[in-house]
Amino acid sequence: MTFFRLNASSGVPLYLQLMEQVKHAVETGALGPGDQLPTIRALAQELVMNSNTVVRAYRELEHEGIVELRHGLGAFISHSVEERHKLMRKAQTVVQSTVERLRSLGATEEEIRRLFENELSAIHSERLVEKQ
Amino acid sequence: MSNIIVETKGLRKVFEGRPAVDGLDLRVEAGSIFGFLGRNGAGKTTTIRLLLGFLRAGSGEARLFGEAVSGPVGGVDLRRRIGFVSESKHLYPYMTVRQIIRFTRPFFPGWRDDLERRYLEIFDLPPNRKISALSKGMRTGLMLLLAISHRAELLILDEPTDGLDPAVTEILLRELVALPASEGTTIFFSSHQLTEVDQIADHVAIIHLGRTVVSGALDDLKGQYQRLRVVFQHGPPPVSWLEGAEHVRQEGRTVSILASHNVEALVQQARSLPGVSVERHPVSLKEIFLEHVGNN
Repeated sequence: MTFFRLNASSGVPLYLQLMEQVKHAVETGALGPGDQLPTIRALAQELVMNSNTVVRAYRELEHEGIVELRHGLGAFISHSVEERHKLMRKAQTVVQSTVERLRSLGATEEEIRRLFENELSAIHSERLVEKQ
Repeated sequence: MSNIIVETKGLRKVFEGRPAVDGLDLRVEAGSIFGFLGRNGAGKTTTIRLLLGFLRAGSGEARLFGEAVSGPVGGVDLRRRIGFVSESKHLYPYMTVRQIIRFTRPFFPGWRDDLERRYLEIFDLPPNRKISALSKGMRTGLMLLLAISHRAELLILDEPTDGLDPAVTEILLRELVALPASEGTTIFFSSHQLTEVDQIADHVAIIHLGRTVVSGALDDLKGQYQRLRVVFQHGPPPVSWLEGAEHVRQEGRTVSILASHNVEALVQQARSLPGVSVERHPVSLKEIFLEHVGNN
């Protein structure tokens, strides 16, 4: 199992990178419902990362309903990811038509990417401010 | 039993009127890999020598496993629970690999033959070769073997990857990350290799002039710090906005900020101004380090 690749100097916490990659593997179908993830120790050694970081990524993925942790058995891709699949397929058509519209207005790829990022970043800080 | 394996409070050591360690506070939890960072001369090696009881502190206290480290040697029982890989990697040069293992193991009743065999193999250590003829990578492997085979619960390493080639570095790091999970070992290591610390540590402390300037869980620090790039299309930013920001660099209409505690307030304020765009970027440990202890 070597399709996870982390970049320690990117500044993005490694547990988030690992979570992102597990999600990506699920979205692309590389990992499906019921598939087993590597053990914490095996993955820590393979990726040369802290095992506490792997634990954190697996726990957060469990919290998000993507992974099921079965005591003594390991981590498995949850069966509820099917629902996410459906949502993602719907979302993809929305994004596709939005991107097409923006392109027809003359926006470049780079501009579109920035627009999305700015929008998400605004939502992110609003949410954090609400929490405070 | 305390969950804190290493603890210092106000630790201080003065050499010829100059404080090398100046009121240092540290806390290392069981099972963590703790990266201890600082520039040359920041007090890292002195701190390690104080922890090991090679030096006596001027004031303040250092505790390992909840017990005070006192006297030049410390308790034998305490010493048995610690493994140390020094920066100089100095071992008796005239002994062979096999001889130094035979020499060391009788001191430790709980010697682990399985770990000894494992490290001989992964570091490719020829049992009959003299230590003086070993490469730096092999010497590091041998020191790790001697430090860990006696069931050390705390492994202290001073610049362990210094001078190692990338292949041996990878082997060493791979072994280190396995230890907390497989043996319950706590690892405390100093390093200049920030990428490496970023990769394997879960907690870090950055020290400067003998004091802790940044410490915490690495993921928390990274969640806390962000680099903001703010562009003011209609001329320079209002002075009032910059007052709340630290680590500011300004180039024309672009302001770059390494923000830690007031990120969201800064972003919201900036967004409320006309003609302003804000980008946020994640921050690596290297950036945090340079911003706090770099020359500027």
